[in-house]
Amino acid sequence: MMGEFSPEKTLDAKGLKCPMPVVKTSKEIKNIAVGSILEVLTTDAGSMADITAWTKSTGNELLKSEQEGDVFKFYIRRLR
Amino acid sequence: MDEDKNKCTVVVFSGDMDKVFAAFTIATTAAAMGMESTMFFTFWGLNAVQKGNGTGTGFLGKMLSVMNRGGIDRLGPSKFNFGGIGRWVFKKMMKHHSVMSLPELLEMAVDLGVKLHACLTSMDVMEITKDDLIPEVSDVVGAATMLMEAQQSRVQFFI
Repeated sequence: MMGEFSPEKTLDAKGLKCPMPVVKTSKEIKNIAVGSILEVLTTDAGSMADITAWTKSTGNELLKSEQEGDVFKFYIRRLR
Repeated sequence: MDEDKNKCTVVVFSGDMDKVFAAFTIATTAAAMGMESTMFFTFWGLNAVQKGNGTGTGFLGKMLSVMNRGGIDRLGPSKFNFGGIGRWVFKKMMKHHSVMSLPELLEMAVDLGVKLHACLTSMDVMEITKDDLIPEVSDVVGAATMLMEAQQSRVQFFI
């Protein structure tokens, strides 16, 4: 069974378009403890690439990304 | 001395809604990605950071202001503006597709720490003073300041 993540916070960015998913993620990640997980939900088609790029650029860890219907889910661990 | 800091410099020369939107999107996303983001507004770009009152001290300056009133909400697209119809159409379409409006995007940029600078020379030529600019503009600077930031930036844009 895939380990289920227990995110400290969930950011609902559904309905928001670029650059908002990434912008909101960068703000929300500051509200969780280092080492904790942020769950981000989006509907923006570009966010799969954008959120991945954001985690790489900022040095945070993208644990998992998946698509459920038209909602994209990301699990990001804050590393710094 | 010119260490490669993780900065992003955007020179905003254009005063068109579409180009200014791209400029703010780039600068804001750069800030969201941890880069120290600075925008330099020059010439037509100054329209994006003016309060929108009439400017100019001499006759020509005032005439320019009548034809080129500032204010971010007044910017029109670079094509198909048709005296303002294009601007209305784009605003409507952006709203319909849940895209942030320009004034909101500016607020978001400032909120993320994007620095807004204005170009002194073009302000002087167009007879625009610091008081005519929105308070979010932190400094009025020259080209050397912009270039110093650009030297330290990994990415630089001219829009």
